[in-house]
Amino acid sequence: MQEPLLELKGVKTHFPLERGMLFGRGAATVKAVDGVSLSIAQGEVLGLVGESGCGKSTLARTILRLVPPTEGTVILAGRNLAELAPEELRAARADFQMVFQDPYASLNPRMTVYDTIAEAIQAHRAVSRAELATEVSALLNRVGLAARFSRKYPHEFSGGQRQRIAVARALAVRPQLIVADEPVSALDVSIQAQIINLLAGLTREMGLTMIFISHDLAVVKHISDRIAVMYLGKIVELGPAAEVLERPLHPYTKALASAMPLPDPERERTRRRILLAGDPPSPVNPPAGCPFHPRCAYAIPECSRDQPRLEAFRTGHEAACLRLEQVNAD
Amino acid sequence: MALLEVDDLRTSFHTRNGVVRAVDGVSFCIDRGETLGIVGESGSGKSVTCLSLLGLVPQPPGRIEGAGAVLEGIDLLRCPQEVLRGIRGRRVAMIFQDPMTSLNPYMTIEEQLMEPLLIHEKIGRAAAARMALQALQEVGVPEAERRIRSYPHQFSGGMRQRVMIAMALIGKPDLLIADEPTTALDVTVQAQILDLIAQQQRQRGVAVIFISHDLSVVAGFCDRVMVMYAGRVVETANTRAIFREPKHPYTRALQRSRPAMQAKGAELYVIPGLPPDLSRPVPGCAFAPRCEFAVADCGRTEMRLQDVGASQASACLRVQRGELTLQ
Amino acid sequence: MPVTASASPALAADAVEPGRSLWQDAWARLCRNRMAVIGGVVLIVLTALSLFGPLFLAYSYEEQNLALGAAPPSAAHLLGTDKLGRDQLARLLFGGRVSLLVGLAATSVSLTIGVLWGSIAGYAGGRLDAVMMRIVDILYALPFTIFVILLMTVFGRNFILLFVAIGAVEWLTMARIVRGQVLALKRQEFIEAAVALGLRKRRIVLRHVVPNVLGPVMVYTTLTIPAVMLLEAFLSFLGLGVQPPMSSWGLLIKEGAEQMEEAPWLLIYPAAVFAATLFSLNFLGDGLRDALDVRASKD
Repeated sequence: MQEPLLELKGVKTHFPLERGMLFGRGAATVKAVDGVSLSIAQGEVLGLVGESGCGKSTLARTILRLVPPTEGTVILAGRNLAELAPEELRAARADFQMVFQDPYASLNPRMTVYDTIAEAIQAHRAVSRAELATEVSALLNRVGLAARFSRKYPHEFSGGQRQRIAVARALAVRPQLIVADEPVSALDVSIQAQIINLLAGLTREMGLTMIFISHDLAVVKHISDRIAVMYLGKIVELGPAAEVLERPLHPYTKALASAMPLPDPERERTRRRILLAGDPPSPVNPPAGCPFHPRCAYAIPECSRDQPRLEAFRTGHEAACLRLEQVNAD
Repeated sequence: MALLEVDDLRTSFHTRNGVVRAVDGVSFCIDRGETLGIVGESGSGKSVTCLSLLGLVPQPPGRIEGAGAVLEGIDLLRCPQEVLRGIRGRRVAMIFQDPMTSLNPYMTIEEQLMEPLLIHEKIGRAAAARMALQALQEVGVPEAERRIRSYPHQFSGGMRQRVMIAMALIGKPDLLIADEPTTALDVTVQAQILDLIAQQQRQRGVAVIFISHDLSVVAGFCDRVMVMYAGRVVETANTRAIFREPKHPYTRALQRSRPAMQAKGAELYVIPGLPPDLSRPVPGCAFAPRCEFAVADCGRTEMRLQDVGASQASACLRVQRGELTLQ
Repeated sequence: MPVTASASPALAADAVEPGRSLWQDAWARLCRNRMAVIGGVVLIVLTALSLFGPLFLAYSYEEQNLALGAAPPSAAHLLGTDKLGRDQLARLLFGGRVSLLVGLAATSVSLTIGVLWGSIAGYAGGRLDAVMMRIVDILYALPFTIFVILLMTVFGRNFILLFVAIGAVEWLTMARIVRGQVLALKRQEFIEAAVALGLRKRRIVLRHVVPNVLGPVMVYTTLTIPAVMLLEAFLSFLGLGVQPPMSSWGLLIKEGAEQMEEAPWLLIYPAAVFAATLFSLNFLGDGLRDALDVRASKD
């Protein structure tokens, strides 16, 4: 059994909300990520889903060390990132990269595409001028863009093309892990397919490991091997992609899956939706015990006291619920 | 008689870079109590169509023309401004995508709910306040009495959208236009809002035009669907038919490019090329350059919507001629 | 107009299409703004006159003609003479050199210090930011006039010192503006991406931060130059700036104001030219702001 590429143990990322020196100490904390443990194997695509406030974006940034964790360890390719000196960390960044949500904001508007990618290539490697040109062309072609557009500026491209450029930039440093944070959410429906195909293809061809974050369940189901469902900073369910969404274990996942619009008018009209009351909560001072219990139809008094741990119900499929058996009695 | 009959609506924007034909000859009708979905991507003209009906497009640089948009006898494109103002909010209401910017941040929820009542009906403030509270409760805002005096920023996205719906329905309109009302919301909240709109629609018998870029969202909610591309209507059909047998290559391409409609892991169909530049006149079918079934005639013959089956109409030349059956 | 993506990308080593940068877009927009163009043209004309004009004149700015005294405009002296018989036209043009030079030089100094200071403070954040901005706050509190008088008294009346004094005051506002821009910029994802790539901080600041704050900086610069010129005029008015026989527009206005009743031409011409320059700079600045304000076009 190969070593996992990425291992997270008890990762917590909390942000203090300062209330100023004059008005009281012990102010509120935003517990964006509140105890996440996870392993990802090499070559795997893990989908990360959840709604606003669940912490998936913060988790992504914590893994990439754009934000330091408050607690817990992040081990990438056997190295504990917290133990690295600043220079070592900077060099280690070649191993993990991110593709951002907004294709308009993730590229420097004052740099040509060539410069953007060349800068990435040279960030960690010394490359000669001739080799540089060849490599930039190769990367652009790999993401489906003609090399003759390399001297153009980001605003001269469409959203889908910009996203391709962002992917090319991420690939330029030759990473092992790519975290895609809502990479298609800002794109038109028919363009999303291109980027999804591109990312899926790259992971297959290059053996890349990927964490795919999205609120669009259909997209995540399509591209991921496994799915982790997050709620209020914790993972509430983890298992094979299709299974998590077709036969969910956790009450929240059940509601989430039932809220997914189906492209079948018959099923849409006849199925019973599980409607949750209220809105996704904010991670400022989350409830004690199970984070979901205030909105859960199956909650019992213990749920407000004890924190459920992820436990396997079927092989490879775990959920964090004190009443897993009863919830899945049917 | 249909509630609203739109005939050959054309909206163009006169910009420095040319005339952008955002809506290029759109015709449709909707009956009382019916739900119509308008599906299209950005640039398809779906939002501008409905904004044009209500005169919400600034003219200039916009220009709205057309044979007519008749709401039970009144032509919205030609009636005087006071008449149009009387219709807006009262007979035809609209809710928008972003509840953050659609609500006035300086007015309380109560004031905003009362506003349409005070303007359109001749009732006193006390009566309006009572109706406002009732409206808020009907859309499922918990602890309505306590929260009605709050400001929009104190509400979450889903709650704000409920307030928008309450505001839209408080004047008891005949037609509700919902422009991507759930796109900016979380999935579970989206389900709640869709459920709410469906419920209100059933209870009040109000007709709904539901604009979306997502076919799936429209599937469960609308009786009929109209698909738009480059400012034109390419297909209309009842919902079931559109999913079973799309009668236009674009509709089919949309379905094949969505992961929800494909097998897991399968390569998604990618529509080649880019949407056309609307400032240049597009000869023939606007979709032809990207269509896998296009033939020479497609770029020459003018596109026209034609019935091709029981309550199904398509603008595809080859489908009309019977040359093409899409699977 | 987005480029068309090719379905089957070809490795075209030749025919790399040129791009059109945001600066080029902004330049095109600026050229369409009539007032800004007029302002620009006036500035260029005045600068050219000041730079090259004195070469063609019969008189120099210091040549005195005591017999003539303060004479109104005539064929020999197009703008008249001052009480020492010095040709006003020559003094005006030469004064233009001084005023414009002070304006440009002092602004350049304040620009360089301000942009670097503000970028570093804004990007570094935390304690360094706090310390750097507190220094700015403290310096802001110093009354400018007293500071300059102090400098002049200690180091004597020095032309170079004039630049330094003015530049030393103007950079403060520039630093604040730049810091504000940098703070907003930090949240943009391409900055996050640069960090994620593992680029060195220095490179991020110089290559990613600074070029993107240049827009507002340019606008503010064109609005700083008039302020600097006014400061110089003020100092000269107080007798602390440029000393005769050298002239600057400020000095000319001061002298003209003193003899306003007897020799109004001594005030009118310098004042008019100075005002024209300030107007032009302001129009240009406004035009720049409008041209640069439009965000990168989204499709």
